[in-house]
Amino acid sequence: MSTVATTDPVLTPRQSTGISLRGRLQDALPKIVLAPSFVITIIFVYGFIVWTAYLSFTNSKTFPSYALTGPRAYQRLWRWTFESDPPSSWYTSITNMAIFGFLYIGICLALGLFLAILLDQKIRGESVLRPIFLYPMALSFIVTGVAWKWFLDPGLGLEQTLHHFGWTSFHFDWIKNKDFVIYTVVIAGVWQASGFVMAMFLAGLRGIDGEIMKAAQIDGASSFQLYRRIVIPLLRPIFLSAFIVLAHMAIKSYDLVVALTSGGPGGSAWLPSNFMYEYTFKRNEMAVGSASAIIMLMTISAIIVPYLYSELKEKAR
Amino acid sequence: MSKFLSSAAVAVVMMAGLSAAHAADVKEVQMLHWWTSGGEAAALNVLKQDLSKEGFAWKDVPVAGGGGDAAMTALKAMVAAGTYPTASQMLGYTVLDYAQAGVMGDLTETAKKEGWDKSVPAALQKFSVYDGKWVAAPVNVHSVNWLWINKAVMDKIGGTQPKTFDELIALLDKAKAAGVIPLALGGQNWQEATMFDSIVLSTGGPEFYKKAFNDLDEESLKSDTMKKSFDNLATIIKYVDPNFSGRDWNLATAMVIKGDALVQVMGDWAKGEFVAAKKTPDTDFLCYRFPGTDGSVVYNSDMFGMFNVPDDRKAAQVALATATLSKSFQSAFNVVKGSVPARTDVPDTDFDACGKKGIADLKAANEGGTLFGSLAQGYGAPPAIANAYKDVVSKFVHGQIKTSDEAVKQLVQAIDDAR
Repeated sequence: MSTVATTDPVLTPRQSTGISLRGRLQDALPKIVLAPSFVITIIFVYGFIVWTAYLSFTNSKTFPSYALTGPRAYQRLWRWTFESDPPSSWYTSITNMAIFGFLYIGICLALGLFLAILLDQKIRGESVLRPIFLYPMALSFIVTGVAWKWFLDPGLGLEQTLHHFGWTSFHFDWIKNKDFVIYTVVIAGVWQASGFVMAMFLAGLRGIDGEIMKAAQIDGASSFQLYRRIVIPLLRPIFLSAFIVLAHMAIKSYDLVVALTSGGPGGSAWLPSNFMYEYTFKRNEMAVGSASAIIMLMTISAIIVPYLYSELKEKAR
Repeated sequence: MSKFLSSAAVAVVMMAGLSAAHAADVKEVQMLHWWTSGGEAAALNVLKQDLSKEGFAWKDVPVAGGGGDAAMTALKAMVAAGTYPTASQMLGYTVLDYAQAGVMGDLTETAKKEGWDKSVPAALQKFSVYDGKWVAAPVNVHSVNWLWINKAVMDKIGGTQPKTFDELIALLDKAKAAGVIPLALGGQNWQEATMFDSIVLSTGGPEFYKKAFNDLDEESLKSDTMKKSFDNLATIIKYVDPNFSGRDWNLATAMVIKGDALVQVMGDWAKGEFVAAKKTPDTDFLCYRFPGTDGSVVYNSDMFGMFNVPDDRKAAQVALATATLSKSFQSAFNVVKGSVPARTDVPDTDFDACGKKGIADLKAANEGGTLFGSLAQGYGAPPAIANAYKDVVSKFVHGQIKTSDEAVKQLVQAIDDAR
C-alpha cells in the first residue's frame, strides 16, 4: 500500500522531492514512450516537408540536386495554371481536383446521411444491411478501381452486357471519354466511401437524445421538420468529422485514378497527386514535382486550417 | 512493455536476416526488367539458361508495364537506397543519366577483351559508353517504323503493300468497309508517340526527323511539316476502335494476330508476340516498313545497364555482360524477341524473313547515315523531353489538343520547358 501512496499524483511539493526512482520513472514514462514516435514524426513528416520545399527551389531532375536555382518550378506551374487553352496537365489536374473533391465529398455526405436516416427507421434486417453498405470501405482503392474499370469498360462490362440482352442502343463510354472520365472516378469513389459515411451518421443519429425527439413530436413537428430543424443540426460534429475524413481521402486519391483509368485518355483523369508522382518519379522533373506538392499542401492548409480553427473555437466557447 | 520489447527484438532479427540474405549470393545475377509479356519472357529465358550453364543463379526483379515507366521508378528507388541490382534493362538517355549520377559500373576491360568497340554500331555506343567507359551492354536493336499486318485479313480485303501514307489510308478504308478494325492501337502515350515517330519520318523524310527529333531544332519543331505530321496523325487515328484508351501494346498485337484488326504500327517487339503465337511471316502475317520510311531506321535498343556492384558480385556481372554480347546469345535472343542483334557481325541464318529484312535494313541505315534514335523510346532526347513529347502527342490523340497548330505550339513549349 505504501508504494501506491508515493505514486499518488496529488502530492505536495515537499513530498515529491523525496520521490522514489520508480515514481519518477512513472512520471516520465509517457514522455519516454512518446519520444520515438515524436522524433519519427518530426523527421519523416515535417522534415521531409521542409526538404520537399527546398527541392522545389532547385534544378533537381532525376536525382535531388542541392544548388538553389530560384522559383523556376513555381513559375512554370503558375503559367500552367493560367494557360488553360489547350489545357496543361497541371491545369487538368487542379480542375479535376475541384470537380472530384466537390462531387465526392458532397455526394458521399448526402448519400451517407440519406442512407443513415432510412436505416434509422427501425427497419427489419438492419444488422444485415449495415455491413452490406459499410463493406466497400474494406476494399482497397486499387480493388475498387479495377472492378469498376471492368464494369465500366464498354467492351467488357455494363454496355456489352446490355447489348447482349438486346438493348443495343445503350451507350456508356465515360471511362474512355476525356471529358467524362473524372466522373467515373467520382462514381467509384462514392460507391466505396458513402457506406462508411452512413455508418458515421448512423452512430450520430443513435446518439441523439430520444427525449428531444419525443418533445418535438408532441409539439406537432412532422418527420421532415424533425430532421430539418433538430436532427441534422445536432449532427453537426459528425458532418465535421466526415468532411475531414472525406477531404483527406479526396486529396490523397492517387491509386483510384491509376487503377480505374491508368490516368485517363491523354492524362485527362489526373489529380494533383498523379501529377506530382508522374513529374517527380517518371518524368525526372523532381523540382516541378516538389513544387506541385508544396502547392497542394498550401492549398489544403488554406482550406482546412481556417475551417478547423472556427470549428474548434466554437467548441471552446 | 515486455511484449513490445520482444516484438521489437523479433523485428530487428528479421531485418538482420533479410540483409544477410541480400548480401550472401555473389553467384547471383539480379536483373530488373519489364519483359513480362509472352514473347519477351521467352526471349529472356535464353539468357537465363546461358548463365546457369556457367553456374550463376538468376534473380528476376520484373516490373510489369510496357514502356518501362514502372520499372524505372522501381530502379530509382533501389538506386536511391543503395541496393543496386547487378543490371537493369534501360533505354538510351536513362543510361547516361545514371552514369552521370556515378552509380554505373565499368566494363571497359571486358569490352576490350571481347572487341565490343568494333562490333557494336557507333549509334549504340553513344549510349553504352560514358566518359570513355563501357557502362551498359546493348542487347538488341529494335526498329520502330514497322507495320504488322494480318495476312488472312489482308487477303480477304484484297490489299497490297502500301507505299505511301495515302495508300495506307486507302488500305485502312478497305478494312473498315470489310467490317474489320483497321488499326490496332493501345491508347498509352508511349504507343501513340511510337506511331507518331513513324508518321513524322514518313511525312518529313529522314533529314527532317533527325533535325526535329534528335537535334530538337526549334525551327523544324514548329514547321509546317510538323503540322502536317500532326494532321496525318489525326487522319490515322480515325481508324482506331473507340475502345483503345489504356490498352496494352501486346493486347493490340493480339487483335492483329487473331484477325480482329488489320494492322498495328509498332516496333519490332511486336514480332515476338507473333512468334510466341506460332505464326510465321509471309504466311500468317506481313511486316512492312511504315509507308514512306523505307531505307531509314528509327531505332531503340534495350541495354543492360551495369551497376557499380561490390567487388564480390563483379564476377557475376562480367559473366552477364559477356553472355549478353556473345554472338550465340545475340542470335538466339533476337530470333525470339523480334529485334536484330546489337553487333553487326552476327550471321542472319537463324532469322525469319522479317528478321533478315531488319538486319539488312539496319546495316544499310548504319552505313547510309539514316539510323535515328526514336524520341518516343528515349533515344532521341533525355527522358524529361521524351515525356513532354509523349504528353503532347497523347493529348492530341485524345482530343485535349484540338488542332495541329495548337499541337505544334504545345510541343515547342513543352520541349522548351523540359530542357
